[in-house]
Amino acid sequence: MSIRHHLSDQLLMGYSAGELPEAFGLVVATHVSLCDECRARLASYDALGGAVLDLAEDVDMSEGSLDACLARIDGLAQANARAPLKRAGILPAPLADYVGGGLEKVKWRSLGRGVKQAILPTGRDASARLLYIPAGQAVPDHGHRGMELTLVLQGAFRDETDRFGPGDLEIADEATEHTPIAEEGAACICLAATDAPLRFNAMIPRLAQPFLRI
Amino acid sequence: MQADGTETDWAALVSRVRDHQDKGAFALLFRHFAPRVKAFLMKSGADAALAEECAQDVMATLWQKAHLFDPARASVATWVFTIARNRRIDALRKARRPEPEELTWGPEPEPDQAEVMDAQQDTERLGEALARLPEKQRALILRAFYGDLSHSEIAAETGLPLGTIKSRIRLALERLRQQMT
Repeated sequence: MSIRHHLSDQLLMGYSAGELPEAFGLVVATHVSLCDECRARLASYDALGGAVLDLAEDVDMSEGSLDACLARIDGLAQANARAPLKRAGILPAPLADYVGGGLEKVKWRSLGRGVKQAILPTGRDASARLLYIPAGQAVPDHGHRGMELTLVLQGAFRDETDRFGPGDLEIADEATEHTPIAEEGAACICLAATDAPLRFNAMIPRLAQPFLRI
Repeated sequence: MQADGTETDWAALVSRVRDHQDKGAFALLFRHFAPRVKAFLMKSGADAALAEECAQDVMATLWQKAHLFDPARASVATWVFTIARNRRIDALRKARRPEPEELTWGPEPEPDQAEVMDAQQDTERLGEALARLPEKQRALILRAFYGDLSHSEIAAETGLPLGTIKSRIRLALERLRQQMT
């Protein structure tokens, strides 16, 4: 997989600091699962977090806290590691975890003209969904009120800015007005997350928006 | 090992916890890191009682997961930070954190000692670089990691030598992937 569009420093630092909405965290974790470059960049932000922790001025633990902790670990088995999450087909492990398996487990809902989506269960400060766009099909021209992240899992799309293939991430903000079109070939499947509802410029999708929950 | 802790080989202490369930080694780790975790969580908005309880959780996790620590990729401080951060997300924000897929090879049984040394020194080097930053810039970074800034308020440009850490880890990942295929 040759990934050309990566996570921004801001997203990586926000994820490392633990401050991203869950839906954005899911996109970051999924991209990092596919991209060693961003895995290494994330590790460098974690190292910064380590330095920040190490610089924190000590606050005394209460008396007997070490003994209390030792008593607690006495009964703890050391090797209780959960079986690591597994990737399922084109879904990297963190995403497979939300879907409950591979693509066959996705509960798609039709948006018309072959386009489908499935909303994933995340916290409400941002939403995440899988999008299925048939080859050659356009997603209606839309602007954004907040930030929108789109990570390609299969196929590819193009818009006014560039081409996005498997593993590539597009970061769109309020200034972005674009019309993504799925390339010919395999259907394009993406993970998309936004911290604001999309607003479509065409009349009918806008009316439909409340029903679609996007 | 020096009394002031600057030369303490924390990674070796974690190995002793892992290999021998060494409570003496754990006590040294606890005395150094528990008060820092407590301070970190209080700066993140926890009261003293909650911070104390969570700091104990974090240290108990260190005991339980010692076999998952990879000293060639992260310092002990970095590893403790990630555990403390996850505890904070769980206990303070009551949110769920999606984690990246784990690498299949896990911690190597006999990691390269030069790499381990480099990774363990990251914390100190970054600490020194942080100290040299202008006060305003340093404060923003601290606030970001204390969870005091929203993701859109985080300034990505840190002015710190993170690129060297990234490059080293990137090369190690590449080498390991080649060995595994």
